Amino acid sequence: MKQILFAAAVGLAAIAATPAHADLNVFACEPEWGALATEIGGDHVDVYNATVGGQDPHQVQARPSLISRARTANVAVCTGAELEVAWLPLIAQQSGNRRIVAGQPGLFEATSAVRLLERPASVDRSQGDLHAGGNPHIQTDPRNMIPVSRAMAQRFAQLDAANAQTYQTRQADFERRWNAALTRWQQRAAPLRGVSIAVQHHSWPYMLNWLGMTEVVALEPRPGVPASAGYLAQVLQTLNTRPVRFVIRAAYEDPRSGDFINQRAHVPAVTLPFTIGGTPGATNLFTLYDDTITRLLAGLGQ
Amino acid sequence: MHPKPFAAAALIAGAALLSTPAYAQSSDDIAALRRDMETLRQDYQSRITDLEARLAAAEAEAAAAHAAADALQAANTSTADDPIQVAEQAPADIAPPAPVSTNPNIYNPGISVALNGFYTAARNETGEETIAGFALGDETGRPSRGFSAGETELSFAANIDPFLAGFMAFSLGNEGEAEVEEAYIRTTALPGGLTLKAGRFLSGIGYLNERHAHDWSFSDAPLPYRAFLGNQLGDVGLQARWIAPTNQYLEFGAEALQGEGFPAAGSDNNGVGTYTLFARTGSDINLSSSYLASISYLHSSAQDRDSNGDLFTGDTDLGILSLVYKWAPGGNPLVRNLTLVGEYFHGTDDGAFNGAPFQQAHDGWYAQGVYQFMPQWSVGLRYSALHSESVDGALLGSVLDDGGHDPFDITALLEYDTSEFGRFRVQYARDESNTDPNDVLTLQYTVIYGPHGAHRY
Repeated sequence: MKQILFAAAVGLAAIAATPAHADLNVFACEPEWGALATEIGGDHVDVYNATVGGQDPHQVQARPSLISRARTANVAVCTGAELEVAWLPLIAQQSGNRRIVAGQPGLFEATSAVRLLERPASVDRSQGDLHAGGNPHIQTDPRNMIPVSRAMAQRFAQLDAANAQTYQTRQADFERRWNAALTRWQQRAAPLRGVSIAVQHHSWPYMLNWLGMTEVVALEPRPGVPASAGYLAQVLQTLNTRPVRFVIRAAYEDPRSGDFINQRAHVPAVTLPFTIGGTPGATNLFTLYDDTITRLLAGLGQ
Repeated sequence: MHPKPFAAAALIAGAALLSTPAYAQSSDDIAALRRDMETLRQDYQSRITDLEARLAAAEAEAAAAHAAADALQAANTSTADDPIQVAEQAPADIAPPAPVSTNPNIYNPGISVALNGFYTAARNETGEETIAGFALGDETGRPSRGFSAGETELSFAANIDPFLAGFMAFSLGNEGEAEVEEAYIRTTALPGGLTLKAGRFLSGIGYLNERHAHDWSFSDAPLPYRAFLGNQLGDVGLQARWIAPTNQYLEFGAEALQGEGFPAAGSDNNGVGTYTLFARTGSDINLSSSYLASISYLHSSAQDRDSNGDLFTGDTDLGILSLVYKWAPGGNPLVRNLTLVGEYFHGTDDGAFNGAPFQQAHDGWYAQGVYQFMPQWSVGLRYSALHSESVDGALLGSVLDDGGHDPFDITALLEYDTSEFGRFRVQYARDESNTDPNDVLTLQYTVIYGPHGAHRY
């Protein structure tokens, strides 16, 4: 038995490729932060995305592949604010990688660079799946990428002092390109200002704030709690008195509630990428917002 | 803000000097001059008041705008139209550090409670089941018929310092007796992917063993776990685990245990030692599916182990092969997902049973699948089977003599989850683990409250 174990160990070790060399191995919890890490780090970082677009970042399991990738990470770039509470701490623990546990510089949380909206006064599970620190879905407002990119460049510089200058320079370059893009997006999105909409889940306060849109109702009675038929009937009543132009949902969300509303109230559903890879058009950090605005404008019939 | 009031004050002062010539030309002139001066003074006074009011208003507006910006992060009016301005002000919006709490409870551990309740209906009595061909450890039966509160688990977890973390879990049995399930310390800062654990803990062998009962997919352990490990192996000792720095998940573990837990000692705690080794590997197959495979080995020595009056002295060797496959379309388990688990056990006992020398091999396996077909609803099916080598001589008619009956059971499950933290189950089992078959219907609830539980693989 022992010989078998040993042989198996040697064999598996031989099969498994050693990770490619980079100055910083980055474990990105969500693709938007992976893309931002590449913008900041360039060739100096080797980025592994733990989740892909179209995947619900709340619902990830501590899969073996994630544990092995976390094992060699120098830094984990994540949303924070409890979005990954169900899997990241477990992965950090099981990987035995002390660099990326809470409190270490190797755990970078994007929400630490931004003031969060919807910070609840109190939390109780009867209210659904609330995040005590505030709403974590900050990537839906591209303006947040500026403070996050600055904080990330600082963190990379701290972890890899030899390339500190490169990270700062690349961040400044990113910020220039990003500001130009922001101007472009806001011009395109002008017709969206003041538009009333419904949402599947409270994922969008940052985007609605950015584009000046108004959320009338959510198709979830409480965060993370699926809608019952009775609740959807209430939603239909609300929509009678306060009509909306469309319902928005993230690519990973169950379409059935939105379809139900669409059939009854003839309100179209607009699927947004939510992150890179969520829709075919959202291929990188820039096209993520291009595609989001295109889809929102399409919802208006423009 | 300063120049204008100062200028006004200088003017007034200058005018006042002018207004006090030593020799006035006439009292009328003086009175007229005073009136003019008073008008002038009032005029400037009103202008100053006006300026002060406007200044206060501007300040209030700025404060309000800042507060609004704080609340909304960036007001969607003027600032939103100017990305550069927003970008420049953005760092100022960095959340202030959380106020330092003076609450002495902030260092309290994370406390988690799992409550369990059963209702069992069965053709024959449950709770003291035997399994043909096996000498069993304690508490390997199902809940007894009727209502039972099952095991209530209370756990405490916290970091101790930058280098250690602690975990403790009590379980309260149906009659209120408390038992320490786990109480261990674990290293958090060893380099090189190494983790050490010391204390009382659930062994890392197999797939299910390390999971607490409330985390199992069915309401009871499959037959091989009940027969070979007394439901699950928990013991006091040391564990070392190491994860290889490879992209393919590769973990190795070893344990040295006191031997209090079955199969070393079982009920009378006379064990003299258990050693285990395990290795795991796993990966994603594609976006929707992944696997985990493991191989485990256990060696234990028992001295006068008492199983319901039968004494065993000798060595037990046990090997376990485990394979887990999980599927969730697009990597999203929320709507639909499937988990398949299969484990194969092979064990040999070598020593003396009630004084009679013997050697006996056992095999066992189970396969189970749980499919969530829509949010909150899942169905499951499990088949478990065991086989024991026949015995002869003095052991004929003992519990080790399976009488030619290979135990098996088949279990079907329907589960409804109110959320991630609340679960209701209906489980039906056809149990032929001994020669007297039983049909068992179990209704169960399990709820977990406390800090958000981890999504274990």
